Amino acid sequence: MNAVIDRVTKLGRMAIGAVRHAGSMGLFAARLAWVLFPTWTRPRDIVQQIYAAGVLSLVIILVAGGFVGLVLGLQGYNILNKFNASESLGVMVALSLVRELGPVVAALLFAGRAGSAITAEIALMKTTEQLDALEMMAVDPMRRVIGPRFWGALISVPLLAALFSMVGIIGGYLIGVVVLGVDGSSFWGQIAEQMDPWDDVGQGVLKSIAFGAVIALIAVFEGFEAEPTASGMARATTQTVVLSSLAVLGLDFVMTAFMFGA
Amino acid sequence: MNVQRGVELVVGLFVLAGIAALLVMALQWSNFGTSRVSGYEITARFDNVGGLTVKSPVKLAGLTIGRVESIELDSDTFQAEVRMVIDDQYDNLPTDSFANIYTAGLLGSQYVEISPGGALESLGDGDRITMTQSAIILESVVSRFLFDKAKE
Repeated sequence: MNAVIDRVTKLGRMAIGAVRHAGSMGLFAARLAWVLFPTWTRPRDIVQQIYAAGVLSLVIILVAGGFVGLVLGLQGYNILNKFNASESLGVMVALSLVRELGPVVAALLFAGRAGSAITAEIALMKTTEQLDALEMMAVDPMRRVIGPRFWGALISVPLLAALFSMVGIIGGYLIGVVVLGVDGSSFWGQIAEQMDPWDDVGQGVLKSIAFGAVIALIAVFEGFEAEPTASGMARATTQTVVLSSLAVLGLDFVMTAFMFGA
Repeated sequence: MNVQRGVELVVGLFVLAGIAALLVMALQWSNFGTSRVSGYEITARFDNVGGLTVKSPVKLAGLTIGRVESIELDSDTFQAEVRMVIDDQYDNLPTDSFANIYTAGLLGSQYVEISPGGALESLGDGDRITMTQSAIILESVVSRFLFDKAKE
């Protein structure tokens, strides 16, 4: 009997912990919203963060995008060829990249490559009491440390997703047209015929902006609220990657249902 | 200071590349430009447009010469009124041209194929193609075939 009560108590503690975590993230988001625009008084800080989060993620994003495009081209060709519809390879590759894979995979890679780095950096600042030191000097760490990192991630993700999709389409072109011999003009022609600048490209951008905001918020929050110990930092970094990956995938389903659903 | 300038330059390039990628995909690769062809408008009435949609291509001899602008139901004749925009460079289509709805491949998307006639006058803005043939609905073809077989 006691064992059962213990289990239930444990479950309750976990639930309360999760709700508290979500609540403090909400409060943190409100504090962050307050400094979002004042952060732009120091645009150089933001540029520095776009460099750290965006430019340094370029290599992994471009290489991954190329390979995803190559695989899509190969798999799509094998399936479409069964229906004598290999001319539709271009539109299949382009739409799946622009609508879905570009925003999602770029966001997942970004969470692993840059989100974790942001969390680790802020958590280390907290552990070594740099954030407290800033506050002692009457410098608001929200505005000088958190804000620029949030903006840097938010701006980088849509740009990276766009580059990912573009490199992917070029990869699909290479494997489809150059290697497998699909007709090149119908590859591009079908894309032009069936891809819509607002419905497809625009909504893909909308998705990746939302993913960028979610990853950025989780990354700075986990760093800022990390337990100021070595193991706390480790946990915070893991938490960022796990939470933001799940959030991206969940949000992706919800947004897709709203945008492309019936 | 020099390092800072280098960082700013790289970030500037990164932002430009990202925006350029978006613009290329949105404006160049998608149907942004082609959906608003500058051209003249002609209409045709079909008994059945099948799977024809707005932005479906209008072809002549297999080449795209225009696009479907709108498809509406004429409530008097119960026919579908299809408005098409034809590129200005093809302004010499004879007035007795024929409009068919064909399917690209067996299961592909449908398009309007114009078969030119022999008249000397050309179609102009707002003219109507009177001779049309509806989309071929696979079910009706199959059922007619089965019906004829059954009669034998």
